[in-house]
Amino acid sequence: MTTTIIFTIVCLSLLGLGLALILYFTAQKFKVEEDPRIDDVEAILPGANCGGCGFAGCRAFAEGCVKAESLDTMYCPVGGNDVMKNVAVYLGRTIAEKAPQVAVVKCNGNCDSRPKTSNYDGYPSCAVMSTLYSGDTGCRYGCLGQGDCELSCKFDALKMDPRTGLPEIDADKCTACGACIKACPKILIEFRNKGPKGKRIFVSCMNKDKGGIARKSCSVACIGCTKCQKVCAYDAITISSNLAYIDYNKCKLCRKCVVECPTNAIWEVNFPVRVPKKEVLTAEEQ
Amino acid sequence: MSKTFSIGGIHPSDNKISVKAAIENFPLMEMAYISLSQHLGAPAEPVVAKGDKVKTGQLIAKANGFISANVHSSVSGTVSSIELLPDLAGNPVQHIVIKVEGDDWLENINRSSEIEREIKLSGPEILVKIAECGIVGLGGAAFPTHIKLSPPPGKKAEYLIINGAECEPYLTSDYRIMLEQPEEILIGAKIMMKALNVNKCFLGIEDNKPKAIKKMKGLCSKSYPQIKVVSLLKKYPQGGEKQLIDAIVKRQVPSMGLPIDTGVVVQNVGTALAVYEAVQKNKPLFEGIVTVTGKCMTEQRNFRMRVGTTFESMIFAVGGFPKDAEKLISGGPMMGKAVSRIDASSVKSTSALLLLTEKETKRGEEGNCIRCAKCVEACPMGLEPFLLNRLSRAGKIEELEANMVQDCIECGSCIYTCPANIPLLDTIRLSKAQVLKILRSRPKK
Amino acid sequence: MKKLIVSPAPHLHGEKTTRNLMRDVIIALSPSLLVSVYYFGFSAVKLALVGAVTAVLVEFVIQRYIIKGKITINDYSAALTGLLLALNLPPNSPWWIVFIGSVVAIGIAKMTYGGIGQNLFNPALVGRVFLLVSFPAIMTDWTIPASWFREGIDANTGATALSIVKEGLAKGIPMDQIFSENNFSYTQMLFSKIGGSVGEVSAFALILGFVYLLIRKVIKPHIPVAIIATVMVFSGIFWLIDPGHYTDPLFNVLTGGILIGSVFMATDYVTSPMSTRGMVFYGVGIGIITMLIRNFGSYPEGISFAILIMNACVPLINTYFKPKRFGREVNNG
Repeated sequence: MTTTIIFTIVCLSLLGLGLALILYFTAQKFKVEEDPRIDDVEAILPGANCGGCGFAGCRAFAEGCVKAESLDTMYCPVGGNDVMKNVAVYLGRTIAEKAPQVAVVKCNGNCDSRPKTSNYDGYPSCAVMSTLYSGDTGCRYGCLGQGDCELSCKFDALKMDPRTGLPEIDADKCTACGACIKACPKILIEFRNKGPKGKRIFVSCMNKDKGGIARKSCSVACIGCTKCQKVCAYDAITISSNLAYIDYNKCKLCRKCVVECPTNAIWEVNFPVRVPKKEVLTAEEQ
Repeated sequence: MSKTFSIGGIHPSDNKISVKAAIENFPLMEMAYISLSQHLGAPAEPVVAKGDKVKTGQLIAKANGFISANVHSSVSGTVSSIELLPDLAGNPVQHIVIKVEGDDWLENINRSSEIEREIKLSGPEILVKIAECGIVGLGGAAFPTHIKLSPPPGKKAEYLIINGAECEPYLTSDYRIMLEQPEEILIGAKIMMKALNVNKCFLGIEDNKPKAIKKMKGLCSKSYPQIKVVSLLKKYPQGGEKQLIDAIVKRQVPSMGLPIDTGVVVQNVGTALAVYEAVQKNKPLFEGIVTVTGKCMTEQRNFRMRVGTTFESMIFAVGGFPKDAEKLISGGPMMGKAVSRIDASSVKSTSALLLLTEKETKRGEEGNCIRCAKCVEACPMGLEPFLLNRLSRAGKIEELEANMVQDCIECGSCIYTCPANIPLLDTIRLSKAQVLKILRSRPKK
Repeated sequence: MKKLIVSPAPHLHGEKTTRNLMRDVIIALSPSLLVSVYYFGFSAVKLALVGAVTAVLVEFVIQRYIIKGKITINDYSAALTGLLLALNLPPNSPWWIVFIGSVVAIGIAKMTYGGIGQNLFNPALVGRVFLLVSFPAIMTDWTIPASWFREGIDANTGATALSIVKEGLAKGIPMDQIFSENNFSYTQMLFSKIGGSVGEVSAFALILGFVYLLIRKVIKPHIPVAIIATVMVFSGIFWLIDPGHYTDPLFNVLTGGILIGSVFMATDYVTSPMSTRGMVFYGVGIGIITMLIRNFGSYPEGISFAILIMNACVPLINTYFKPKRFGREVNNG
C-alpha cells in the first residue's frame, strides 16, 4: 500500500517537474522581445479595454504611449487626468491636462412635449427604425427611444428613462469612451466639457427645420430665433440651419441664454434651482 | 403542370378579394404632388419653374445621370411650387406641386383605344423612346427600363421573361390589365424583344389566375407564337426575378450577380403595357393601376391613377378611413412600405394601397428561437435566417458574409413563418446593407 | 389624426406559433395515450398527469423565483416534455419516478442551458436515461399493473420483446425458438400490446401520430425515415448473414422505442439539425448507433442513448451541413 503511494507521488512529481521544464524552455525560446515599459504602463491603466482612447484595448494604448513622441495626443477617458499623469511620470515625460468630458444627449423631446404620430411595431432598435422612416413623432431629428445607446454603454452610465422615452446619462459613471455616440443613428450625443462642479449648458435639440415646423412637432425644440445669440456676451453661440449651438470652450456659464430661450430648448445641468422669475417670462411670451 | 422555383417559399392566403373590380379612372385630383425620386438612382432635375403652365404628359424633370429617369406631368395646370415635401416615410424629397386646371393632354399623345400592332421603330429607337417617356420597372424596384434593356458589354440576352405572377397577397392590378388589355401587353413584350434582339419570350402567370392564363394562351397561339405562356405554381415569392428565372428556364442567378448573367431579362406586365403606350401611342409614364383594398373595406377597387395623388385622397375616394384600419401599406403586404404620412403622394411604381386591421398585422411578442428550422425551409435563397439574425445582433460581419447575407432578397418569408415571432428580417436587412457596402468597396479582381 | 402602425415589411404573419406547434405534437401523441390508457388503465393516466404537471411546475418555479425572468409555461413545451417522458416509462412505475424524471428533464436538461431553444440534449431523454441509470430495477420491471377497466386481455406480462430476445440469445437459444416460445407475431406488434413502455405499445397509434404531424407540417419526414431505413438496412444485413442470432428488420422497427423515438424524440426541434441534409445524416447516425447497441451492446434497447449521442453532434452537423444555396449548384446558361 505505502509503496503504491510513494510510487505515485514520485511519478507525478517527476511528471510535473518535466512538464514545467518543457513549458519554461518553450516560453524562453518563443519569447517576444518587448519593451518592458509597456507592461508597466498597462498596469497603470484601468484595464477596461473599451477603445475610448482610439486604440484596440489597453495594451495597444500602453504600447502607443511608450512609442509616441508626445503624450499630448494620448488620452484615456476612463482613467482621466489622474491616470495620464501617472503614465507621464512613469515615462519621465510631461502631459497637458485635459478638461474632463462627458457625453450629453441633445434631445429633450419627451412623450409630453413631442407627441407620437405613429406606432412603431418593428424590432426595438434605433438603427432599424431610422432606416425605416423618419421616426414615430413629428420631428425627424429627435431621439427614437429604442435604446441602442443603452446597449452600447459598457460602464452602465446610460439608461433609457421609461417615463420620458429619452436616455439619461449618469455623469459620474460616464467615461466619455464614445460608444454611445457611434451607436446613435441620429447623432444626438456629443462630448462636452464636464464643467466646474459638473455645471454645463447646452442646446438640447438637433432640429434643423424652420422654427414654425419644428415647434409644431415639439414644444421644446430650438426654433432658430437667435435670441440666445444676441444675449450671449462671450460670442459662444452660433446659429446654423435654424439651430443654435453653444461652444463649450467659450461658454462662461452665465445662464443668460437659458432664460432668454422662448421654448426652453437650452439646458443647464447641476446649477442651483432658479427663482420663479423664469416661469413668469415664458408665460408672458406664450 | 405548373412550374415553380426549387428552393424554399411559403403559401400565404392570396386574399385576392379585389379580383372582380374592373379598372376605373380615379377622379382627377385638385393638386398633384409629383416626386422627382420615382426611380432607382439620382432624382430628376426640374425643367419647369413656379408659375409655368404644363400639359398632361409634358416633361417636367429630366433624368440626372446614368441611372435616372425623366418625370412627366400627370395633370395639366400651373406649377404651384418646387419644394421638399415628406415621402411616405417622412423623409424630405423634392416635389413639383401643380395646381390642376382641366385635363389638357399633349397633342402628340394618341389617346384612342385602337390597338396599334405594327412596330415602326428600330431596336435602338425603341430604347430612346422608352428613356424619353420615363419608363421604369413597375414591379416595385422602379429601375429605369431602358438601362435594363441594354445589357452591358460582354453580356447577351437570350430570353425575355414577362412577370405576370403577382405573388403578393391582395394585389390584383397586374391581373386586371392582363384581362382587360392583354394584347397591348403582348405587343409591349414584342417591342422589348425587338430592343433586346431576342426571339424567345416567356410570360409567367400564377395558376390562381386561370382566366388570365387562358386569355393569354389563346392570344399567343393565335398571333404571338414567339411568346410562350407558362403556368406557375401559386407560391410566394414566385414573382421575384431570381425565382421566376429558376422556375421558367431552370437557371439560377449567381450570388452578387444580375439576371443578365444568366442571359435573361425580366420585366413586369405593367412595364410591358407602359412600353406599348410609350412606343405605339407616344404616351409617357404618368399613370398606373393601383389596387385599393383591404378586408376592413366595404368595396374593393382597382383604379387607373395619376402619379402625384395623395394617399389621403385615395382613402377619401373610397369612403374614408374604415374604423378598424390600423396600418396602410403602399404595395403588397409582404414587401410593401408602411405609410406613416398620408399626405405623401403616389409614384410611378405604386401598385396598391392596402388597409390592414390590427388583428391581421400587429406583430406578436418575440419569444425564444425554438430552432424549428421553418425559416430555413422557407428561405427561397437557401439561407439560414435564424443564424443571420443572431450574427447580426452580435455584429459579426465576417461570419455574416460567409453565410451569404448579401444574397437575401428581403422577401419576408422568414418572419412570416417564424413561430416565435422573431423579427428576423429587420436585423438581417441592416447587416446586409453593411456587408454589401464592404463587398462593393473591395477592388474587383 | 389616427396613429397608424408602422413597421418594416412583411406586414403579415403565418398562423404557426410555438404554442400551436407544441399543441399539435400533444394531439399527435393522443392515439398512443389512448391506447395505453386502454391497456394500462389508471397507471397510464397517473404517469402522464404527474409527468406533465411536474414539468410545468418546475419550469414555473425556476423562471419565477430563480431566474426571475419571463414565464413561458403557456407555450406547452414543458407539458409536452413531461408527457413524452411519462410515455417512455414502464407502466408499473411509481409516481415519484416520473416526478424525479421530470425535475431532471426540465430543471437540468432544459433550464440550466437557458430555457427553451437553448438546450443541447433532448430533455425527456435525459430524464429517462437518468432514471434508467439511477433506478435500473424499476426501469426494467415491465409487469402490467392491475387495472379496473381492462379485463381479459391476453398480454405479455413481463419483459419487452427486445429483452426476451437478448436474454434468450445470451442463453444460447436460437432465434426461431425464441419467437415460437413467446408467440411473437407482427400483427400483435403493430396493433395490440406487446411488452413495453407506456408509449411503445401500439405501433399503429404511433404511425397515426406521425401521419398527423406530417399533414399539419409540424415535422418533415427526413429524420424518422432516415432512422427507420437505417435500422432496417443495418439489421437486414446482419439478419441475412445469420438469422439464427440476429432479429429481422421488421421486428426491429416494430419493437422497442424506434417508432416513438424517431417520430417524437429525434424530431424535437431544439436538438435536431437545421438543414435537411443534416437531418438525414443525423437520422442515419441514430439508426447505426441504435443497432450497434441492440446487436452488440449489453442493453436491449439503444435508441435513447443513440439520440443523446447524436444530439451532442448536432452543433457540428449544423456547421458543416448547410442548406442548398441558391445560385451555387445549378449550371447557368
